[in-house]
Amino acid sequence: MSVTLQTEPFDPGALLTAFGAGRMEAGAIASFSGYVRADGGATDRLELEAYPGLTDAEIGRIGEVAAERFGLLDWLVVHRVGVMGPGEAIVFVATAAPHRRAAFEACDYLMDYLKSRAPFWKKSHGPDGARWIEPTDRDRTDLERWEP
Amino acid sequence: MARVLLFGRLADIAGWRSRDVPGASIAEIRTVLAGDVELAEALAGPGVQVAVDREIVRGEAVLTAASEVAFMPPMSGG
Repeated sequence: MSVTLQTEPFDPGALLTAFGAGRMEAGAIASFSGYVRADGGATDRLELEAYPGLTDAEIGRIGEVAAERFGLLDWLVVHRVGVMGPGEAIVFVATAAPHRRAAFEACDYLMDYLKSRAPFWKKSHGPDGARWIEPTDRDRTDLERWEP
Repeated sequence: MARVLLFGRLADIAGWRSRDVPGASIAEIRTVLAGDVELAEALAGPGVQVAVDREIVRGEAVLTAASEVAFMPPMSGG
């Protein structure tokens, strides 16, 4: 049950290995790694702003909701902040559960939440200047799938 | 008085990210900030949320000199 916001790059493979180590009851560990896209050259770099103290607390709350809803044994969210380039990992989510369905679904749920509800502000810089990226209609419909 | 923080495109529009603003409620803070018409419009836009002392609030809140009030435009992570 952990949230980390960091400016330094991270290695999703190493995070997954560490997350899975020594678990005796987790029959299933699912993970998602998100990377910065070049968008065919339209994005040189991505700038991500968070609100320390609020962003981590909000993600922690949704992690607790996910743990309860899907019966997770553990979960982990690592998110980059600051400036990053195409090909760099921006987000890593891992979930541990006794069985696969819960692990898959909780990971999907956490990512849908992070895309449109977590307190981050994302600016894309490219040859045509800078623009703020806000949740798309698709992000919102993705999130609605989980609503009762 | 409260410490006002602007995030995302709101900071770009205002040209500042953090400033002390006189006011004992969110409404009073909004009135002072409305001196900047473009910012006032953006603050009233869809999906802008307010946090007081790092807790999202809906509606009004009583502020003290030590309060931190954040205006947050639509969020997008991942």
